[in-house]
Amino acid sequence: MIPLKRALSSPTGRKFVMSISGIALVLFVIVHLLGNLTLYVPDGGETFNRYAAGFEAMGPFLYVIELGLLAVIVIHMTWGIATALKNRKARPEKYAESVDSKGGPSNLSLASKNMIVTGVALGIFLVVHIWHFRIRKVYVAETTEIDGNEHADLYALVHAAFSDPLWVAFYVGAMLFFGFHLRHGFWSALQSLGAMKPEWSKGIYALGFFVALVLTVGFMGIPLYIYFVG
Amino acid sequence: MADDMMTIHLKVWRQAGPDKQGRFENYTVEKVNPHMSFLEMLDVVNETLIHDGEEPIEFDSDCREGICGTCGFVINGQAHGEERGTTVCQLHMRSFSDGETIVVEPWRARAFPVIKDLVVDRDSFDRIIAAGGYVSVGTGPKPDANSVKIGKDVSDKAFDAAACIGCGACVAACPNASAALFTGAKVSQLAMLPQGKPERGRRARRMVHQMQEEGFGNCSNIGECEAACPKEISIQNIAKMKREYLRAIFTDS
Ligand code: HEM
Ligand code: FES
Repeated sequence: MIPLKRALSSPTGRKFVMSISGIALVLFVIVHLLGNLTLYVPDGGETFNRYAAGFEAMGPFLYVIELGLLAVIVIHMTWGIATALKNRKARPEKYAESVDSKGGPSNLSLASKNMIVTGVALGIFLVVHIWHFRIRKVYVAETTEIDGNEHADLYALVHAAFSDPLWVAFYVGAMLFFGFHLRHGFWSALQSLGAMKPEWSKGIYALGFFVALVLTVGFMGIPLYIYFVG
Repeated sequence: MADDMMTIHLKVWRQAGPDKQGRFENYTVEKVNPHMSFLEMLDVVNETLIHDGEEPIEFDSDCREGICGTCGFVINGQAHGEERGTTVCQLHMRSFSDGETIVVEPWRARAFPVIKDLVVDRDSFDRIIAAGGYVSVGTGPKPDANSVKIGKDVSDKAFDAAACIGCGACVAACPNASAALFTGAKVSQLAMLPQGKPERGRRARRMVHQMQEEGFGNCSNIGECEAACPKEISIQNIAKMKREYLRAIFTDS
């Protein structure tokens, strides 16, 4: 047995925390994208607004889910930042000739080297994103009528935002960071858990690229679609 | 023969002692035989330095045939140099080009403090092994040969992990200065074998925690360690260590 505190902070244990929270976020993000695909339906936002209104029907249960999600993000960020700081301390004196990859089996890349950079960028993005659509949905959005009931017109809010090229650029840029984070993150999460057979390793690394690509293109397409197609 | 001789420019890290300020020093070595190993080339440089009454460049070596793990430093940003699956004692000057400038510096990690020039203190590795990288055997009558059966596939994998010579290149090459490959190789080697199984939980716990005490970084699954390892030990051994540790969180054995 290992005391809980130790199990959550040891080199191996802290990566369990990161990978489990990371996988939870990936699952959330997949569901989030599936829901957002309704934005591609060309019906003036009716399908999307209906989908969004569905959350309100959950009542207080929605807050439970949202708080849970927030907790996962905070845990992932806290552990991620703490781990990166420890790693920095593990090599106080840097190499003069910076180590680039020796090639072969190494996964050293822009993505794997910069997890903390892309991660912090995602953290900043999340603050803006939650304010932009979640908070403004409550305080700023107009209302629309769905089956005789008043609901926030989230579609109008999204549509207005993505008519502005600056917002489109912001979201597209953020999704690049997201793609890089997931490119290494997906594989890393499974390796951190030891959740693989040796023969799967290459396949999982390749799958990580596919997952990152599909999710990134899916999300990135939304602002671009709304800006260029309407 | 003489036509093959090379001229090499060296930029070597010189540091008089653990708490002294180090700096790079330039040397030009002429008439370098391309069939010399990198260490033999340094021997030649040291002969000259000693002859001139200067301090020779301190570096570690023992077997000089790539099996003991004593030698090792960073050449042009790569642990043991650019060639894969090799130690500096087995790296030959023919893999460099005539007139090249070569940067030589010690392993850099908090857990590997510099003792002098290119020599670092790797006692932290010994302490990780002492924490659990062994099999306790009861004394008594010698068991019959082959009384413990081990499948060929298992013994092959354990042997691959056991190939670690403890040189420290994995730590040196890791962007996080993590000792996960070194520790993982031993944890996984012993966990696979029947003799090591009884102590597997205790071993995984103690070795991982010792690795943390020593101030090594945390593995980010980048795999640069495997690329730098002169014995090309696979990071699958790190994945195996994760499983062993996960098991050890919940079990007593
Ligand atoms: C909110 C801001 C975020 C920060 C600060 C952050 C930070 C980090 C860092 C530093 C790592 C690397 C750990 C290491 O290799 O040592 C990491 C890994 C990971 N992140 Fe994030 N991240 C964030 C958001 C996300 C999001 C939104 C997702 C998923 C959609 C995600 C999924 C992952 C995954 C799957 C891993 C791999 C876990 C592992 O290496 O075991 N992260 N994160
Ligand atoms: S001196 Fe023994 S491995 Fe190089």
